[in-house]
Amino acid sequence: MFLSDQLIQYILSGLSTGAIYALIGFGFAIIFNTTSIINFAQGEFVMLGGMTSVFFISTLKFPLPLAIVASIPIATAIGALFEILAIRPLKNATPLTLVIITIGGSILIRGLSMLLWGKDTHSLPTFSGDKPIHLLGATILPQHLWIFAITILLITANKLFFNHSITGKAMRACACNRTAASLVGIDVNRMILFSFIISSAMGSMAGIIIAPLTMTAYDVGIMLGLKGFCAAIIGGMSSGFATVLGGMILGVLESLGAGLISSGYKDAIAFFILLLILFIRPQGLFRKSDTERV
Amino acid sequence: MKAIQVKRELLKFLFFALVITIIPLFVKGYLLNVLVFVAIHTILAVGLNLLLGYAGQISLGQAGFFGLGAYISGILTTTYGYNPWLAMAMASASVGVLAFAIGFPILKLKGHYLAMATLGLGIIVYIFLNEAFDITGGPSGLSGIPNLYIGSFVFDNDLKNYYLIWGFTLTIILLSVNLVHSRIGRALRAIHDSEVAARVMGVNSSFLKIQIFSLSALISAIAGSLYAHTMTFVSPTSFGFNFSIELLTMVIIGGLGSIYGSFLGAMLITLLPELLRTFQDYDIVVYGLLLILMTMFMPGGLVRVFESIRIFLVSAASPREKGNA
Repeated sequence: MFLSDQLIQYILSGLSTGAIYALIGFGFAIIFNTTSIINFAQGEFVMLGGMTSVFFISTLKFPLPLAIVASIPIATAIGALFEILAIRPLKNATPLTLVIITIGGSILIRGLSMLLWGKDTHSLPTFSGDKPIHLLGATILPQHLWIFAITILLITANKLFFNHSITGKAMRACACNRTAASLVGIDVNRMILFSFIISSAMGSMAGIIIAPLTMTAYDVGIMLGLKGFCAAIIGGMSSGFATVLGGMILGVLESLGAGLISSGYKDAIAFFILLLILFIRPQGLFRKSDTERV
Repeated sequence: MKAIQVKRELLKFLFFALVITIIPLFVKGYLLNVLVFVAIHTILAVGLNLLLGYAGQISLGQAGFFGLGAYISGILTTTYGYNPWLAMAMASASVGVLAFAIGFPILKLKGHYLAMATLGLGIIVYIFLNEAFDITGGPSGLSGIPNLYIGSFVFDNDLKNYYLIWGFTLTIILLSVNLVHSRIGRALRAIHDSEVAARVMGVNSSFLKIQIFSLSALISAIAGSLYAHTMTFVSPTSFGFNFSIELLTMVIIGGLGSIYGSFLGAMLITLLPELLRTFQDYDIVVYGLLLILMTMFMPGGLVRVFESIRIFLVSAASPREKGNA
């Protein structure tokens, strides 16, 4: 294989993992913007999506589409429950307390999944076969196309929801100014609950579409969650196109680093990028430094 | 610190040291080994508490500093044949300097961002320990690390290690108690409550945060070095993200901003897996639950529970002093 072909291969596979990171990053951004909380448990919803699908398919013998449709509501319900039980009772908590609570939540969800499903790694069947597709000298799987398609779909749906529905607009109002939002009659608590519901649903979807490629286990949530956070940071915590770009940049850099430098350091590269961006441009790569994010 | 306060702190410390000294008279065998771990974890928890409980700055990368300390000590003694004491000094000094340098950019971040950045730092260290086979021995670890020794006296069994490591732990506790009651301690608490107000009062908050971050890393590295020389074997799994969380749990459960609280937390979390041995894997679930429940319902930690019992007893004994208690 020529170097240029190899490069295209790395970039294509980087773009598809990047799409996943973008979806997870969206979840971080949506919750952050309505509540100023970084939800450390975000990655666990990604894991829950993959693991509940595996459970429905292998234990309950559901067909794949039904398993997917059945598992998203479960992850979403757990996300909503987490908000109601652990986040809502803490009025006026400091960021430190919230960090600790969401970390506790993530450990709890991970631990319970381990007890329920064991420590084994599972795989999910691909959505439409394993026949490779040749493209520009590189090879991709149909699953990659599914990932691109579903990511584009979800992000478009999000955009429409936030810009054109009353609820979406109300959530954006909460992001701008919570007090003002409640003064005009928006139920802020409900909007916060919605933000947890939307991000856990998106996270679980991300977990389902990546599971056929990378396998899934009770502990995949940590890494995927952190990578999603990197994507959101690069995108400046916006729930818009910047986070998609952030995910793609991270995915491609990581894939190039793994291919050209060393695959063992793949995750280290992602965190190195995270630190670099936090140090140099904490407001994100594309955002003008309007307000200090402190 | 007022004279009476000095006296009280000193008495508290002496009582604590006395209890620690006589424990081996009653405890033998495996449990003694567990208490050695309690000592190491207490050092780590005190280090994190200085940063988190007093200065209000979170670090989810403490396991990384702990691991670096253990590995630097291990590599210097095995590969390069250094004296273990010299290796320990070099390990703690270099980790302290490293943290000092990283502290400049990293402590500009606050809250969630600081948590994520320190977490990333810890994971980078963990990946490095796993991947740099030539230096660290990779996932299979590093063995044959020598015990510490003085002349011909080698610290090679549980009892000797117990006194060695608790000696370090008690020293670090004493120095930390002294630190938090000093001018620096007051400045740290001022930063915790309001950084802006602290700066207005003339506290060089950013530099002080970097110093305390570096100190806490240095303390963790000492613990790492002690760990390496008592276990004589290190592998990356002991220094992963989960261990950083375990340390966080110890500090929170013990009580933020209480040195002896860190000991209580370290003891509980170290003994818990021993108590829950029958349920093996449940311990992670218990940590998660403890973290959530303690932050929600008992934000002061175990030490506040003891404190309120004491206050209750004192006020029950002499109702007049209620206000002073």
